[in-house]
Amino acid sequence: MTADVAIAPTAPQAQGLSPLARLRRECFATPVDGLITLALLAGLGAAVQALLHWALRQADWAVIQANSTLLAVGRYPLGQQWRLWLLTALLLLACGGSWGLLRGRHWPRSDRLTAGLVVAMALMLPRGLALDGAIQARWWGLAALLLLARWASGRWGALLPHRCRPLLPLVWPLLYVVGLVLIGGGLGLQRVTPSQWGGLLLTLLAASFAISLCCPLGIALALGRRSALPVLRWSATLYIEFIRGAPLITLLFLGQNILGFLLPGGLAPDRVWRAVWILTFFAAAYVAEAVRSGLAAVPRGQEEAARSLGLNGVQTLSRIVLPQALRVALPATVGQFITLLQDTTLLSLIGLFDLLGVARAIMTNPDFLGRNAEVYLVLAVLFWCCCAALGLGSRALEKRLSRHAPSSR
Amino acid sequence: MTATPWWRHRRLLPLLIQAAAGLAILVVIAFLLGNLVRNLTAAGLLLSWRWLSMPAGFDVAETLLPFNAELPYWRALLAGLVNTLRVVVLALVGATALGTVVGTAAFSSNGLLRRLARTYVELIRNVPLLLQLLFWYFVVFLSLPNGAEAIQLPGLVLAKKGLYLGHTTLVNGVWQGTLRLTLEFSALLTALVIHSAAFIAEVVRGGVASVPRGQWEAARSLGLGHRQTLSRIVLPQALRVIVPGLNSQYIALAKNSSLAVACGYSDLYSVAETTLNQTGRAVEVMLVLLGAYLTIDLLISALMNRLNQLVQIQER
Repeated sequence: MTADVAIAPTAPQAQGLSPLARLRRECFATPVDGLITLALLAGLGAAVQALLHWALRQADWAVIQANSTLLAVGRYPLGQQWRLWLLTALLLLACGGSWGLLRGRHWPRSDRLTAGLVVAMALMLPRGLALDGAIQARWWGLAALLLLARWASGRWGALLPHRCRPLLPLVWPLLYVVGLVLIGGGLGLQRVTPSQWGGLLLTLLAASFAISLCCPLGIALALGRRSALPVLRWSATLYIEFIRGAPLITLLFLGQNILGFLLPGGLAPDRVWRAVWILTFFAAAYVAEAVRSGLAAVPRGQEEAARSLGLNGVQTLSRIVLPQALRVALPATVGQFITLLQDTTLLSLIGLFDLLGVARAIMTNPDFLGRNAEVYLVLAVLFWCCCAALGLGSRALEKRLSRHAPSSR
Repeated sequence: MTATPWWRHRRLLPLLIQAAAGLAILVVIAFLLGNLVRNLTAAGLLLSWRWLSMPAGFDVAETLLPFNAELPYWRALLAGLVNTLRVVVLALVGATALGTVVGTAAFSSNGLLRRLARTYVELIRNVPLLLQLLFWYFVVFLSLPNGAEAIQLPGLVLAKKGLYLGHTTLVNGVWQGTLRLTLEFSALLTALVIHSAAFIAEVVRGGVASVPRGQWEAARSLGLGHRQTLSRIVLPQALRVIVPGLNSQYIALAKNSSLAVACGYSDLYSVAETTLNQTGRAVEVMLVLLGAYLTIDLLISALMNRLNQLVQIQER
């Protein structure tokens, strides 16, 4: 992507200068630059001061402390919340395990930073939220579990037999199914209906479900749109353009009001699953466009070369064309995931209690009237962190993949 | 020579696949439509457009076209559509202006300005628009002071009763101005402009970055200043890359305007929602909505394609 190699063409070459000289060149090169810098600094200073004054003096963070459970899981039954703790522990175990397998025994600087961040968050956040002592201790235990898993798998991961290694990524989909059972019940666990899921739990569940299913759908649609067979091409194009032409809120509205008419009685899923499926089908159209641009970037010769080597159509696609196309499509696809995560806030507009829905419900409580700023700020920080992390992860993956890319490109 | 088995025939195979796919799609559509007709008949809601000319019975908060509760539903939907178009057109202009400024600020010779532009984009793009809209409406605009304490700028007064533009006077504690914007409209406009500008800034930045470095250097060596280089040499060439990118951002903006319902601005979607709640005509209302947004999208695309032809390089 051209945008990513952008360096300011006129940016001064500042390497090899002392910090003071660099500052001078960057910010005070000409009198006008100096004035701009000073004006910006004054504005920034005033803004930061106002924000700090508000955050420390005027804001009342009790609204967050009193509602932290509600924001996290909505109206999930209190007696069943151990299932969510168990799921969190399993997820952190898998995270730590994968992390350790990727890095091995070494703890490079970025790993040490991450570990420090985890410890700091485990120590600060539960205290900041004024949680019970027992629950605070649980969070400390979870953080320790994550780091321990990282250490153990880094140390002994290499001892795993090579035949097992390709199977390891399968832990994640397996864990997802286990997670769905733990959250929703069944298999001997008490059922917790989707209408009781809420807060961050619902937001993450909806986003992760839609993200994992929209990928295969999107790839299929992109292939359909580039197919030589007119029937496939036209139906894929029609679907993609129809979805992309409508605002998401109208489609969610369609899901809530019309899906019940389209399916025979009783077959239509409940309100939460309807919205999640609509999100999935919506995102698939956008992912399809990202994948299509990736497919367009693969030179025709690659396919012809593969065919002339005797690979059949399916092999050509899965071994030659798709790996290259998906690498090109990765940044745009992750961009769509970020959008999708943000789009889950629209669930609150159709009366569901996702993170934003719960927040809006809290603010109708007379005890917390007028505490909009605090709640929205916390939500914004949460979303910002999740989205920025996705973006960072995508860039890291891109770097890793480009190492294996042919050097001629 | 062995004969090719019939299922691997070069002509036959594509036909078979298409026939199977087409049949599957048709069966699914027939199944859904069959259910729809059966369920709608059972509910007594078979497709009909007569309700459009019945009196709406609800008021649309702010309209450019005269409207009251006795006028028919189609007038209410039309008023909503006009409200949507009003906010979309203004937001397009505002977001383009702000986005261009932020996008070109990424190439400023001032390091602080460059970093601020980057921070703005990263901050806005990673926070959901709906959250931003609620923030602007509930936190910023609804907490504006009233009467004499209102924020007064030259030609603009920000008060709890609305935004007053042009010649403004305070009469008995109530502001009056040449033009009054409601808080709902202002919040939606602000949120759309600030949000879309971050995305447009990225498009502009990508476009400017696509202009070869030699163009900058040549312009500088001809004696043009930084600003002249940018406005006379680089931007006209960057436009070729920028305009197609703007097209999709504009369409996204038009669709995003449907979040108006969250702050109580009566746009097309919010009027349609009220209409549905009153009439129960889900399918018809849905068709109206989809048709309207599709038309707006196509309109923007057509205009931008025309613009694209204008900025493309004119070759011999």
